[in-house]
Amino acid sequence: MYISPNVNRRLRPYSREAIVPPMSANAFDPSVFTLPHLLGIEGLSPVDISLFLDRADEYVEINRTRGMMLDTLRGRTIMNLFFENSTRTRTSFELAGKRLGAEVINMSVSTSSIKKGETLIDTAMTLNAMHPDVLVVRHGSSGAVKLLSEKVNCAVINAGDGRHEHPTQALLDALTIRRRRGQLDGLQVAICGDILHSRVARSNIHLLNTMGARVRLIAPKTLLPAESERLGAEVFYDMKAGLKDCDIVMMLRLQTERMKSSFFPTVREYYHFYGLDYGKLQAAKPDALIMHPGPMNRGVEIASDVADDIGRSAIREQVEMGVAVRMACLEVLCRNLDRESGA
Amino acid sequence: MSIKFLKPHDRIAYVNARVLDPASGLDAMGGVLTEGELILDAKAGLFNDSVPEDAKVIDCKGQCLAPGLVDMRVHMSGRNLNATGIAAVAGGVTTAVCLPGTKPVIDDPTVVESVARNARKAGLVKLYPYGAITKGLLGQELAEMGLLADSGAVAFTDGTLAVQNSRTMAQALAYCATFGLMIIAHPEDPILAADGVMNEGETATRLGLAGIPPEAEIIIIERDLRLAEMTGGRLHFAHISTAQSVDLIRRAKDKGLTVTCDTAPPYFALNETAVGDYRTFAKLSPPLRSEADREAIVRGLQDGAIDAIASDHCPLSEDLKRLPFADAASGGVGMETLLGVTLELVHNGHLDLLQALSLITWHPAELLGLPAGSLKRGAAADLVVFDPNVGWQVKDALLHSKAKNTPFDGRPLQGRVQRTVIDGRTVYEIGD
Repeated sequence: MYISPNVNRRLRPYSREAIVPPMSANAFDPSVFTLPHLLGIEGLSPVDISLFLDRADEYVEINRTRGMMLDTLRGRTIMNLFFENSTRTRTSFELAGKRLGAEVINMSVSTSSIKKGETLIDTAMTLNAMHPDVLVVRHGSSGAVKLLSEKVNCAVINAGDGRHEHPTQALLDALTIRRRRGQLDGLQVAICGDILHSRVARSNIHLLNTMGARVRLIAPKTLLPAESERLGAEVFYDMKAGLKDCDIVMMLRLQTERMKSSFFPTVREYYHFYGLDYGKLQAAKPDALIMHPGPMNRGVEIASDVADDIGRSAIREQVEMGVAVRMACLEVLCRNLDRESGA
Repeated sequence: MSIKFLKPHDRIAYVNARVLDPASGLDAMGGVLTEGELILDAKAGLFNDSVPEDAKVIDCKGQCLAPGLVDMRVHMSGRNLNATGIAAVAGGVTTAVCLPGTKPVIDDPTVVESVARNARKAGLVKLYPYGAITKGLLGQELAEMGLLADSGAVAFTDGTLAVQNSRTMAQALAYCATFGLMIIAHPEDPILAADGVMNEGETATRLGLAGIPPEAEIIIIERDLRLAEMTGGRLHFAHISTAQSVDLIRRAKDKGLTVTCDTAPPYFALNETAVGDYRTFAKLSPPLRSEADREAIVRGLQDGAIDAIASDHCPLSEDLKRLPFADAASGGVGMETLLGVTLELVHNGHLDLLQALSLITWHPAELLGLPAGSLKRGAAADLVVFDPNVGWQVKDALLHSKAKNTPFDGRPLQGRVQRTVIDGRTVYEIGD
């Protein structure tokens, strides 16, 4: 068995048959990320983003090896604190923590103390007293994760706050694109659909701009936040015009559960003008990659045959990248905890 | 008087006419040559030398020849398109746009198609439908405006209802801006106007009738102007009736906002005193206003603050008008008096003839993007021949409309339609 001198010291074969891939130890230096938490993409540098992406890229191969388990985070405790229902993101974080050998505890807050009237800050203080290493938090209110991070002394990862940011989703999207296209720089990316309610869109706009991609937003005016072009994107109301010559087409889920008034008339009309089907997709580049953060509403924002197109749809790949990206995020934040405590 | 259906002739020469084309500014003695359904030529001095041999000649006897009128606001009563069509062509109207308050409401693409198909079958006026802003005109959920526009709705309005919820109105304007569509507002605050039956003021007080304050209109215009500015939506106000409405829209235009408006003949030709002794034919929505308001509307027409005149043709049966004033329905027929009342502005010296005609032809056509209202080569041969000077009196026996509820009942008018042509066919000719 090959053991690299640096990282793989902590690599432990779960079964004898497992082949351990060598992890390149080239210049992985988590200390370039100087923040204690990962709350959003806005404000991160290309170096920060590349750190996560490079590390995650290495984990992708390890995850594909059956029976592999690392002990990078052995002895660490990660708490998943989800104030909103989630299956895929929570599972993804849970798996990421476990693959790195950490203890992972899931807290569905909607079913516990919140119902008993506890405030967000009290919940944070309570959990903090249990000394977790990382809190992974999702909350329905924009800014809630930041508020919570100010009250704890562990690392906090934002797993989605209101319509503000969802940084690990943007990182996994970026990793998916980078692995397919080699780089992000110079790509034309269209983000289509319910931009107004989407934290995924906001994180992606920041990340893509930081990495040199050009972003277009396509939506009816009622689903675009005010002055969204100021975030650094071109705005289109017409889907075909917006998709013209795009390398990447990111569809967003229509978040009807967040809609309190009439943003569009009917699903039938929405699908007619903004549902991704082969007709509209023709405007994009012939090899344009189709992405969707999930869960999909088939026949609402995307046609089933497009979503299932093996050659062009990267939707399932995105899920796979999600685990790798979250492993990288957990690792970087935990290693920096060591640095801060002087270990 | 009779209505005649002529077979389309290959070529028709309209000779000896004062040709008026407000779109190009043409006003001269000359003629118009049509071929089949289209205009081939219209200019000064045409046919002075000779008339093409194969053309049938129609002598206009020195009368005015203009593009057929475009009426951008007509209420459809039930399915009787024939009655509406006959009233239209007798008034020189060749293109009309109907409100979505039909039964069923025009809030579904299939209804748009059925209205268009019925109009084609009737073969008289060319009828375009507006689509509803909200489903069922209930002011809550947006109607499928994108799909409605695809199937032929020319713009969107909730008819005689203002969208009361400001957020819904903002969403509607923003949604329409997405597709480059226009919203037409009925500016009347339904709560402020509730229970009112005529303009608030001295006349209402003397008659003991509940008033609708001008502010009911002004407030909605102010609100919607701000919402249009906020959303970038294209907004048009229907039948404005108060002096302050004109001022507000004039100022918005000066500021560079793309907003337009129209008014209807009663608001520049009548005032609240027409209600007189509880005349229910003078019960309109919005109500007839004060004399100062009427004068302001005339000034708005003169300086371009008001972009168009629409008849607001609203046929109502006697059962709905032969009631105590407060219980009677609002509305009046107007297509047959549209030209005559508009020409009053010319005879009174407020507008010149081309100006007046543009308000009822190419201005509304241009506003709504309709292929109508001009005499340019290749346009549809939709024409009206009228004598601007002949006098007549509005009497219900003279009206072709099935409903006779005109607020101009008994009024002497100067100027009358002699012949109406649609797609090269004479569909109306005045009897001797």
